[in-house]
Amino acid sequence: MNGEAALARAAPDYDSVVEGTELPETRTRIRRVDLIRYSGASGDFNVIHWNERAARAVGLPDVIAHGMLTMARALHIVTEWVGDPAAVTEYAVRFSRPVVVPDDDDGAELLVTARVARKLPDHQVRIDIIARTGSDSAGWDKVLSMARAVVSLS
Amino acid sequence: MSLDPSFIGRTYPAAEVYEVGREKIREFADAIGDSNPIYRDPDAARRAGHPDVIAPPTFPIVITARIGEQVIFDPVLGLDYTKVVHGSQRFEVTRPVRAGDRLTGVLTVDNIQAAAGNDLISTRVDVSTEDGESVVTAFATLVARGTSDETDE
Repeated sequence: MNGEAALARAAPDYDSVVEGTELPETRTRIRRVDLIRYSGASGDFNVIHWNERAARAVGLPDVIAHGMLTMARALHIVTEWVGDPAAVTEYAVRFSRPVVVPDDDDGAELLVTARVARKLPDHQVRIDIIARTGSDSAGWDKVLSMARAVVSLS
Repeated sequence: MSLDPSFIGRTYPAAEVYEVGREKIREFADAIGDSNPIYRDPDAARRAGHPDVIAPPTFPIVITARIGEQVIFDPVLGLDYTKVVHGSQRFEVTRPVRAGDRLTGVLTVDNIQAAAGNDLISTRVDVSTEDGESVVTAFATLVARGTSDETDE
């Protein structure tokens, strides 16, 4: 088991990486407390991330997660795969749909998948990421589009 | 009301220096739920070849969002911040941000446009050390929903 875990975290090398390879999916929850914590850490205290009344006043169904929190969580799939986050040389997303975070113990679930989309010159590869929110029973909605990271491999 | 297009191409003076602290990096890593020791343990970071703990790849937003406010909150621009959502974000990394960095950033307005009744403003912040070493560039597009007079249907 330990051997497997160590292997999973060892940085892949460029020559052995194959286009189309799927990275191990990640599932995490975003709860209200996570939004409060991210507000404090990032300095983004926009009321739509912590105040239901304010969120509804601007036409949102409920409090929504910071786009940047979703962006950060979604990259985890890549940094786990490469080991050293310093390998990430570019990371881009479009925010296509907000992650609505209800006031309950479960919050919102974020399901992230990714695959090696292309091997680039100079030992770099492009990883395409898909981030969705929802549940297995109710279905999943894409919250990021055109989400891509470029990583430098050895 | 549409945004003032004369802001396109405008560049702002370098922002005051932001000193990156180890505990701030740890706090940010905790907030994004990433337990990687390279963000917390200087020895782990050194073993990976870094002089000190590094920050997560999206950490620069802490610095660049504040720098972007120079234009976003400029009343002359005419952006209704209550209607603003984050449209897109991109980081081009020269090297990771690390503890001890003394960083500044130069804000440029890359574009302003109207599309489907929305106003869009795209900005870029070039982040470097106070000594001029390039670190990361952050590109952001903000969208003000339903604020444009343009009708392009």
